[in-house]
Amino acid sequence: MHTIPLAASSAALPCPAWFTARQQAAWTRYLAAPAPKRGDEAWRFSNIKQLDFSSFAKSTEAGPAADLIARSSGLEATAAKLIFVNETLVSAQSSLPAGVICLPLAEALVSHSALVEAHFMKQETRLGSAKYAAWHEASLTNGMFIHVPDDVEVAHPIEIHHWLAGDNTVIFPHTLVVTGSHAKVRVVEMFRSADELQPGLAIAVNDLSAGPGSKLDYVAIQAFNEVSRIIQINETAAARDAATTGFILNTGAAWVRNESLSRLEGAGARSDMLAVSIPARAQEYDQRTFQHHVSAGAFSDLLYKNSLYDYATTIFSGLIFVDEGAHHTDAYQTCRNLLMSDTCEANSMPGLEINADQVKCSHGSTSSQISEEEIFYLRARGIDPIAARQLIARGFSVEVVERLGNPALEALVIRFIDDKFAHIASGGA
Amino acid sequence: MNRPPHSAPHPMSLHIHNLHATLEDGTAILKGVSLDIPKGEVHAIMGPNGSGKSTLSKVIAGNEGYLVTAGSVTLDDTDIFPMSIDERSRAGIFLAFQYPSEVPGVSNANFIRAALQARLPQGEELDAVAYYHRLYAKMDLLEIDRKFTARSVNEGFSGGEKKRNEILQLMMLEPQYAILDETDSGLDIDALKIVAKGVNAMRSPDRGFLLITHYQRLLDYITPDYVHVMAEGRIVRSGGPELALELEKHGYEFLKELALA
Repeated sequence: MHTIPLAASSAALPCPAWFTARQQAAWTRYLAAPAPKRGDEAWRFSNIKQLDFSSFAKSTEAGPAADLIARSSGLEATAAKLIFVNETLVSAQSSLPAGVICLPLAEALVSHSALVEAHFMKQETRLGSAKYAAWHEASLTNGMFIHVPDDVEVAHPIEIHHWLAGDNTVIFPHTLVVTGSHAKVRVVEMFRSADELQPGLAIAVNDLSAGPGSKLDYVAIQAFNEVSRIIQINETAAARDAATTGFILNTGAAWVRNESLSRLEGAGARSDMLAVSIPARAQEYDQRTFQHHVSAGAFSDLLYKNSLYDYATTIFSGLIFVDEGAHHTDAYQTCRNLLMSDTCEANSMPGLEINADQVKCSHGSTSSQISEEEIFYLRARGIDPIAARQLIARGFSVEVVERLGNPALEALVIRFIDDKFAHIASGGA
Repeated sequence: MNRPPHSAPHPMSLHIHNLHATLEDGTAILKGVSLDIPKGEVHAIMGPNGSGKSTLSKVIAGNEGYLVTAGSVTLDDTDIFPMSIDERSRAGIFLAFQYPSEVPGVSNANFIRAALQARLPQGEELDAVAYYHRLYAKMDLLEIDRKFTARSVNEGFSGGEKKRNEILQLMMLEPQYAILDETDSGLDIDALKIVAKGVNAMRSPDRGFLLITHYQRLLDYITPDYVHVMAEGRIVRSGGPELALELEKHGYEFLKELALA
């Protein structure tokens, strides 16, 4: 393990000219772009009022860093562990194989400028939040740049913590992961609030670029306090024979907007898009997805599961889009809602557009309550009705988590799921 | 051996007295069932389809689809009707289901663990190491592959695997009274022998059994102390194991005469 000198991550570092120009252009775009309004297809069913971000400002303080470092527990074994408080890197440890670049973005912009430029925010934000992606691009001061060269496998996951601290603070977390040919890496990010009462905002972007034959798994755990909001834009590009997994867990925040786009760019490419969301009380989770089959002979499989309690609302809108010529595509999309109350609301808009031949595609969404028969069976074994419902709802979520295929990562995600269920069981607010 | 079946309740018994139950629409299913199952004894109920055998087991377990209109069921002298489904289970009643539910996403090991945890006082945690040690020992006896601990409860299990899983739960929960509802149905002879091995291993002076079955075959492997014949919502005849053989020989046809009598 070695520690990256913190001074190196200071936002005062000189930026390359291309990056300054990008930030300026993005700011112009941000100002010019109209705010989403009621009636916009990409914001159908959305609560547009949540997009008033006027009360938020960037914070120059690192907050209670020592305390937050102590609270940044995650996996037992990591290849690197980095902790950000309000975009400021406060702790970094790593024991990565030679050749792997895992640097704060501010530092990578100086040391690996051309490499960052080749991959930085390359895809068009097309699921509704282009204005906020521009705000992110113009405003970010740091982030993570991870590059795994050809044929290098990183055995343990890279773990990144993002803490939101202070009153009405906005952060712009940025994570860019690039894998070379036949490389392998897993990245897990955790988004949390320093306390339970102060509202915060995160406009996060994670870009994943998987090279030919590589394997790239990305896990985002969002557990902000219930007065915060987050827009998270995830863009994945999978080259020939690459296998990517993107997993999102939402347990926190008052309002969440996830936009996930996977581009299948080569034959044999695979993208697994997974999400588990457990909103309760008045939490609103809004998720938009796009499975873009550019190349023939690629595979994508989306499974989003929501367990809704109390007055919670979810929106799922997904589109499988098969380009002309993307023959022999396999693409699947499933959204399942488990309604745990009579007052929750789940909106699903699955979609499919096929412009090629010999494709296998399916899409669908279901909403259901726990069957009385299952509850009776569990109760007949002595499990009380509240615990029985909890056990079934947990199982409903765990089925998606098990797709990660990595016991340590699964245990970490399940820990956050169990925290949420304990919070719901205690009637916590 | 041939104790009168409807004698006064034994203080340590599952005692069913003059039980009447209807469906929600008012259709009468149980029309006065009386039965005393003391600890240490194995009773079998046989009868044709539609005689009310399965309903009896469901009413005792607490299925809310039935309405008890008269009679009582006591567990060691305690009335069970005020108890909820889960309270009855924790009090010591176990029902092995004819059609066990599938519970997607809940692993078998976590399910049985939750059932055991529910029997512990508040704040007490089940010892995980000891639990798995016991679980594996029972699974070995029932010839259940270890991979079933991680599989979702009954999901994708064959008929035989589901029934063996019921017996596994019986062995883990160690109830005072176990009701097996047509556990033999849909089993091939090898699976039946395994199930019988599990049940026989659980026979004890501290435990009473009620076996509900359509066929005599199960009773070749689990020898009952008493056999009762049920028809049209009543017990129409009681006797020793030889009654099962008599039924096998004459079929259920002759019951009609008994029911009419």
